Formats: sequence, C-alpha cells, structure tokens
Amino acid sequence: MTDIATPNAFVAPDPASTAHATGISDPKMTARNVNVFYGAKQAINDVSIDVDMDNVTAFIGPSGCGKSTFLRTLNRMNDTVASARVSGEIRLDGEDIYASDMDVVQLRARVGMVFQKPNPFPKSIFENVAYGPRIHGLAAAKSELDAIVEKSLRRAGLWDEVKDRLSDSGTALSGGQQQRLCIARAIAVDPEVILMDEPCSALDPIATAKIEELIHELRGRYAMVIVTHNMQQAARVSQKTAFFHLGHLVEYGDTSDIFTNPREERTKDYITGRYG
Amino acid sequence: MSSTALLFLVLGLGLMAWIAARTRAAAFADGGPRGGATRHSLPMYHGWYVALWAVLPALLFLGVWSAVTPGLINGAVLATPEAAALPAFGMERTAILVEARQLATGQLPGAFNPQAQALAPAFEAEIGKYRLIGTVLALVLAFAGGAYAFTRIRPDFRARTRVERLVMAVLLGASLIAILTTIGIVASLLFESIRFFSFVSPSEFLFGTQWSPQTAIRADQVGSSGAFGAIPLFWGTIFIGAIIAMLVAIPLGLMSAIYLTQYAAPNVRKWMKPILEVLAGVPTVVYGYFAALTVAPAVRDLGVSIGISSASSESALAAGLVMGVMIIPFVSSMADDSIAAVPSAMRDGSYAMGATSSETIRKVLLPAALPGVVGGVMLAVSRAIGETMIVVMAAGLAANLTANPFASVTTVTTQIVQLLTGDQEFDSAKTLAAFALGLVLFIVTLLLNIVALRVVKKYREAYE
Ligand SMILES: Nc1ncnc2c1ncn2[C@@H]1O[C@H](COP(=O)(O)OP(=O)(O)OP(=O)(O)O)[C@@H](O)[C@H]1O
Ligand SMILES: [Mg+2]
Repeated sequence: MTDIATPNAFVAPDPASTAHATGISDPKMTARNVNVFYGAKQAINDVSIDVDMDNVTAFIGPSGCGKSTFLRTLNRMNDTVASARVSGEIRLDGEDIYASDMDVVQLRARVGMVFQKPNPFPKSIFENVAYGPRIHGLAAAKSELDAIVEKSLRRAGLWDEVKDRLSDSGTALSGGQQQRLCIARAIAVDPEVILMDEPCSALDPIATAKIEELIHELRGRYAMVIVTHNMQQAARVSQKTAFFHLGHLVEYGDTSDIFTNPREERTKDYITGRYG
Repeated sequence: MSSTALLFLVLGLGLMAWIAARTRAAAFADGGPRGGATRHSLPMYHGWYVALWAVLPALLFLGVWSAVTPGLINGAVLATPEAAALPAFGMERTAILVEARQLATGQLPGAFNPQAQALAPAFEAEIGKYRLIGTVLALVLAFAGGAYAFTRIRPDFRARTRVERLVMAVLLGASLIAILTTIGIVASLLFESIRFFSFVSPSEFLFGTQWSPQTAIRADQVGSSGAFGAIPLFWGTIFIGAIIAMLVAIPLGLMSAIYLTQYAAPNVRKWMKPILEVLAGVPTVVYGYFAALTVAPAVRDLGVSIGISSASSESALAAGLVMGVMIIPFVSSMADDSIAAVPSAMRDGSYAMGATSSETIRKVLLPAALPGVVGGVMLAVSRAIGETMIVVMAAGLAANLTANPFASVTTVTTQIVQLLTGDQEFDSAKTLAAFALGLVLFIVTLLLNIVALRVVKKYREAYE
C-alpha cells in the first residue's frame, strides 16, 4: 500500500520544503513530499512539514482539505483504510515510518492519537487507561499499572474527578471528561508525539478550555499536532501553524506570523473568515 | 339450487349493486362543482359500500346456515316413522344415517343397508326443504342489505370512511389469526397438561428421574410401570441442545463472524455471508439424515476405538454435533450484526493505541459486542432445544440420565413425537404426557426468547 522513494537515503530537503520548515532545528517528525490517494483521488499533494517537541503545531484549513488525512499518515492510521495509498517520506527521529521493517504497533505506541469524538472503550475508567500499557507490556505488576494509570490521569487533569470511581464505565463520563480520558489513555503509553484531530469540536467552552490548558501543560513533554477549525483555538494553543487548502500545504510558519501577517492571500482570506 | 350457484348469484347481486351504486353516486358529481352538496367520497367507494352490504350479510348467513342445517336435518329425519326402526345408539346408527344422507345427495350409487334405503327419501325431502329456505333467506338478505345501503347514498355520505374501516378490520383480523392461534394452542396445551397432572403429580413429573411412559392397558400386563419423571428428558435436551451443540456452534459461529467482519476481503464477504445464511434454511431433516447415517456411526466407531464399550450408534454426541453445525449460521449472523454495530471509532481508538487486529477484537470489539452475542446465543439455544428432526433421527429413545456423550439419550421433542405417533388412546396418561412436555418446552423457549430479545434490544440502544 505504500510506495516510498529511496527509503534509506535521507533526502536533503528541497528548497521549497525548507521554506516551509522554517525555524525548526531539531525536528521530531519530518514529512517530505507526501502524497496521499484514496483510490484514484488525490487527497494530499506534495506536503513537506516538520514537527518538533517544543512547539504545538496546529493544522488549519477548510473542511475536506486533507487535514485529517495528513494527520493520520503520521501514525499510519490510514493503513486501516483499504483504498488509501501514501507516497513520499515520513520520518520519526530520522527513522522512516513507512519502511517495510517498521513495526506499526511500536509506531503507534510512540505516536498517539486523540479523535474528534471522544471514543472511550466500553470498559472501566481504569481499564481504559490501562489498555495501552497492557497491550504493550509496560507494567510488570499491578502496582506499576496503578502508578501508570494514576500518573496519566493526573497529567490529563482528570485524576481528582475520577479517583473515587475508577471502576465506573468510561462511557458514563461527561463528553469533556471522556475526551480527557482519551488523552490520558494516549499518554499512558508514554508516546513521543500526540496527534489530536479536532479534540474539542464535540465539547462545550468550559471543557474546551480545560483541554487547551492541558495542551499547554503537556507542551515540551510531547510533540503535539492539533487539527482545529477554531482560529482562536489555534492562536491560543499553538506556536506553529500550517494552513492546508485543497490537499496542498499553502503556508507553514510561526502562529503569530500566520495570524498577524500571512504571506499568502489564501491564508489571509481563510483566517479572516472570507471563505471556509 | 346448488350452493355454488347460490354463491355466484349472491356475488352477482353484489356486482350489480356495485354498478348501480357507483352510477348513482357518479351522477351526483354532474351537478357541477357546487351544484348541490359536495360529494364526500369517490363513486367507487359508494359502489363498494353497497356491494359489501349486499354480499357480506348474505355470505355470513350462508356460513352459519350451512353449519347448523345438518343438525336440523338429522333431527327432522329422526322424527319420521322410518327412523323408529333404527338401532338406538352407537356406531351402527351413525353409519346408517351417514349412508342415507349420501344416498339422498347422490354420493352413493346404491344402498348397502336397507334401513338406509328407507331413510333416504326423508333425507332428500328435508335437505331440499332446508336448502330452499336457505336460498330464499340469502337472497332476501342480499337484496335487503343492498337496498338499505343504496338508500343511504347521498353526496355527503361518508362511504370512503366506512369502506376503509372495513379494510382495516380485515387486516386486523388477518394479523390476529396468528396470535389467536397461538393463544388457542397454549390453551389446549394448558388444558391437556392439567388433565395429565390429574394422573401424575407435577412434582413427580418435574423432578422424577425415571421415565418409562408405557402404561398398562390390561391389568396383568408386565413391564408397564408407567413412570413419568421427566428429568432424564430435560437433561438429554440440555445435554444435546445447550451443551454439546453450543460447544460446537459458539466458537465456530463467533470465529466465522470475526473473520467475516474483520478479516475477509469485501468480495469474500460478499459471497460467504449469503452462503452461511442459506445454510440456515436447509431443512432440518436433511441434517437429520446426515446425523443418523454419517455422524452417528463415526461417533460410535470413535467411541469404541477409544475404549468406550457403551458407545451406541445413537448418541448424544452425534446429535449434538450436527445440531451445533446447524446452529452455526444462526450464531454467526447474530454475532456478525453485533460486531458490525460496534462503532468504528472504538476500533480506530484501539488501533491508534498500537493494538493489533486480534487484540482489538479480543479486548474491544468482542466485549463491546458481548451483550448482542449473548442474546444471539440464547436465541440459538432456544432453537436447539426445540429442534426435533435431528434428535429424533440420531439421539435415540432411551431415557438415560448420563453425562457420557457416547451413550444414547433422549430429548423432550423426541418423546413428544414418540408419545403421539401410532395408535393411541387420547386420554391416557401416556398421550397426555406429551402435552405436559410441550408446555414445559413452550415455557422454557418463551422465557429464553424474551430474555434474549431484551438483552439484544438493550445492547442496540447502547450505541444509538
Ligand atoms: N476513507 C476515505 N475514502 C475516500 N476518500 C476519503 C476518505 N477519507 C477522506 N477522504 C477524502 O479526502 C479528502 C480529505 O479529507 P479529510 O478528512 O482529510 O479532510 P479534513 O480536512 O479533515 O476535513 P474536515 O475539516 O471536514 O475534517 C476529502 O475530499 C475526503 O472526501
Ligand atoms: Mg477531519
């Protein structure tokens, strides 16, 4: 399903993509000339981008422009879509994630994902968080597992709300709590990158504020990419912003620059609400 | 006039009524859009309204009439002097009456019994008389009904509403038939079971461990103790239908559902799922052959080869295995539905955590689908324990209380068949026992179905 040009040679970034990857010296993930097809239809066209640990990266763009598609190539979730095909090169710490010897299970443990709609498993809160550590064998003893669950829930800012009812079903929580539970679940396997696809779009403003606060707190510990339709949110939580349009990466740079002083006409139109 | 001719005559009257009424109603419309009162219903509905009034009362009367006249005719014939010579009671008297009637209606060419010959003219006269009365009354009713309805036709008469109401009543009646029949069956089961329990106490029936339904016909008969402890039958039913069959059907059905929903390529699924579903429609007697002729001998040979001397050619194992195979499509299609109903977000969530397909299935999909699967299994059990053909052909008749799968056991359904086939007195404990068994079976499967459907429904709601 993948076809990767020269998997071993680390391609020197071409001038165009260097321009996009401005200011990032030590990237966690690098994407070069990535194309994604669904059957014959091309959803992503020649996208190159860098993601690093110190900055939260926001993907913005009109609906259907390919933000989710591109995000899902970063942990190979598109593998689960039969018609999807990816070309180009994506590296995690210099390692080609589409190489044939790449273990998808390991990759997804390192690159976690939070979805648009909270999707806790129909299990207890504890079991939801313990799911990843269990399948990856991260805890040898029950006490270790307890510690991991507590740490993850604390980091996700949920511990105080649920510590007395860890055995209740995860699906019985409120929407905002469920989304934080999903974040806790993702960080329980101690990933290096967390991908979030519109994590707040199903939540009310207060729950959204909590998630945004959480993103602030987690910054630096994990490289984070967030897809959002909310310009204010992008401005609030991210330091880097990428604007996608019709499968192309139109502009990528510091969030402050993109929002105050976009280089491209299309970016300006979008963030000023002229279309979308 | 023969009854067929009468029927056609009444229908003909109905047709005429339809035409007449329709024409009359159509004439209202000619008064212009507001040339009188506005017409409420289309002319056609007026036609139907009058036609139904002409036909239905007459037909109803004919139905009732033909049900009561034979009794009246018999009574009248018996009152004649010729009938005084008849034997007073019993089969002979009935036989003569039947013969005389057949002579009278021309169904017999000649008399066999002279007494019947003598009665024939009386019969003929009475039949003729009643038929004439019936015909006249039916025609009068048809005319009267039609005329009454015809006079009601007015532009503002709500013929459509009335015809629709009748249509609804007919549809309601049709749907009630199934329900009423079931109620009737249950009532008869209950009634006969109560009679049975006047012979055998319920506790003996439900908890006794000895089953040997041969009751003595003559007092001196040997070996006919008549024991009605149904525990061995209940055990045999559970052993075959709920244990052995499910040991086969649950794992295989689940695995095939998992394969079909999670692994099979779309075009494999496209032909494999219908095939599985067609299997569910194979007549059970075909499975029965297979059980009796192929599986049962193989199971016996297997039993003998591993040193079980009691291995019988009718075994619980053979019947259970085949029944399990029969149930596979049932379990797999229920499980398939339940797994497919688990939101794909759940699956994605698990994959995104780095879980493999089999981990995702085991730890997320199956637990989430479990209530639906359990419901499906319960429905399957209820089908298995009510299944008759396979066990009749392969399980045997010996009411053994054994856990040895190579031994012959018997089931509730097998015994019901056994008790009711052949020449039986209809009021002996032996035949009545079949009704009590049927009642128990009915109650158990009903409960299973109710619980299963509730479980499945609850589960569906959880994801809506
Ligand atoms: N599974 C799929 N099969 C075929 N086409 C798809 C599939 N998923 C997405 N697409 C198409 O790819 C394009 C990009 O979709 P994608 O979901 O990435 O957009 P998006 O930017 O995330 O939009 P939104 O903001 O609405 O979530 C769209 O045209 C979409 O129709
Ligand atoms: Mg999207």
